[in-house]
Amino acid sequence: MMMKSLARLPLLLLLAAAAMPAVAQKLIHSEKSLYRDVLVYEERGERCMCFTRQCRIGRQSCLNLQNPKQFALNYTRMMMGGTLFMGPPPKHILIIGLGGGTLPMALAEILPEAQIDVVEIDPAVTRMAKRYFGFRDGPKMKVIEADGRVYVKRAIRAGQRYDAILLDAFDHEYIPEHLLTREFLAEVKSLLTPEGVLVGNTFSSSQLYDHESTTYAAVFGTFFNLKRENRVIVARPAGLPGSDELRARALDYELALRGFGVDATAVLPLFTTRTDWNTKARVLTDQYSPANLLNK
Amino acid sequence: MSAPLLTRAGVAVCYLVAFWSGFFVMGVELLGGRLLAPSFGSSIYVWGALIAVFMLALSLGYLAGGRYSQRNPSLGKLGILLALAAATALPVLPLSGMPLENLAIAIPDPRFGSLSAAMLLFFIPTFFSGMVSPYCVRLLVDDEQTSGRRAGQLYFVSTFGSAAGTILTSFYFVLWFEVNVILLSLIGTSALLAVLAGIFRGNNR
Repeated sequence: MMMKSLARLPLLLLLAAAAMPAVAQKLIHSEKSLYRDVLVYEERGERCMCFTRQCRIGRQSCLNLQNPKQFALNYTRMMMGGTLFMGPPPKHILIIGLGGGTLPMALAEILPEAQIDVVEIDPAVTRMAKRYFGFRDGPKMKVIEADGRVYVKRAIRAGQRYDAILLDAFDHEYIPEHLLTREFLAEVKSLLTPEGVLVGNTFSSSQLYDHESTTYAAVFGTFFNLKRENRVIVARPAGLPGSDELRARALDYELALRGFGVDATAVLPLFTTRTDWNTKARVLTDQYSPANLLNK
Repeated sequence: MSAPLLTRAGVAVCYLVAFWSGFFVMGVELLGGRLLAPSFGSSIYVWGALIAVFMLALSLGYLAGGRYSQRNPSLGKLGILLALAAATALPVLPLSGMPLENLAIAIPDPRFGSLSAAMLLFFIPTFFSGMVSPYCVRLLVDDEQTSGRRAGQLYFVSTFGSAAGTILTSFYFVLWFEVNVILLSLIGTSALLAVLAGIFRGNNR
């Protein structure tokens, strides 16, 4: 793995050098947090939060500067669909991983009655979200500074339950491996209400795809597998809704979602349950979780 | 000038034990991160607590090992130190499930929770591991003239062992095996080397 990335280095440098004069990418803010570099860039009317220099890969969160409500990234559209189309409007929502906070802000606007809890491990990310991405917390939007796994366990013990849990704690550089194991997903499952839904933003490529799929399947059985450049897994322990039900819910939110640049009905065809992975891939567990080594 | 304590074969076993002890400590430390993560997360505090406990245990182990080496040092006793480190690492397996969960409930602060957990699981085996190196120095040093060189060689093999244990565990072992399997293999290897040291204890001069 090391050899491979070393071999890739000159190419990357070349690409970066070639890209720089062509695109006016402006660094707005950079900060070394406890965990990583948190960078805010502006480019072509978009402001993005990144964890790597020049935003080489993995933009965490982006904001359209002319129209801040428009979702700039595809995965947020799929996450919205997964959260809203599966059943009655969720009243209690847990989001693990804040990023720029565009997703929780949009959910708060569409579901003004909902109580949203966001768990973010890195206080610098929370600060940047507030300063540069218009994120606001309040009585209905609580940010908890904690490790996602620790919070989930604590919430289970406290008897809390959520109608929707959104996992958005991964980036392309580093996966917190204890958040991608059968045991963790089982904990998340037991934190859901009986009709509750899990929406996970994950990976669409690499060897990890197979392992991640069998791990989710081991805990949730059949799930919706929404794929664009990212992959969003939507699962419900009580069983998945049929296409008519999905469509009815999508139409309910059509107008509200249009305000965010999301065409609700265009997201619908992505809700498929087709198995397109190696079902023999080893399930990831607390004992076996080399997610970062598999993600290459 | 005093006579050397060990034969050539004894010297080789001594270096091997020092190498392995370094390997063992770092292998266990990396796996420790894995074992603490489900209950305490993998925030910077958890790694800080883990590293601090290992450093503290090693430092006190060095003191104790040096002291212990003053009374009739032998390769057999070195083997016993290695065996003690392995045996006291065994409880890590049963302790890393529910007991850690309960500890996390009892001490919700992520820093002191993980510090206590690391203490409970890793202090004692790492303490015994720390005793190995200074004890080896005593066995290897023949006279004042060569003492620095011997100590240097010993630091070399033990720290080189640590580097090997770190890279093999984090790059390969976790990709191939479950955490408990790796731990048991490390413990098993220590036990074998302890037996080897026991076999060569007759080579004391």
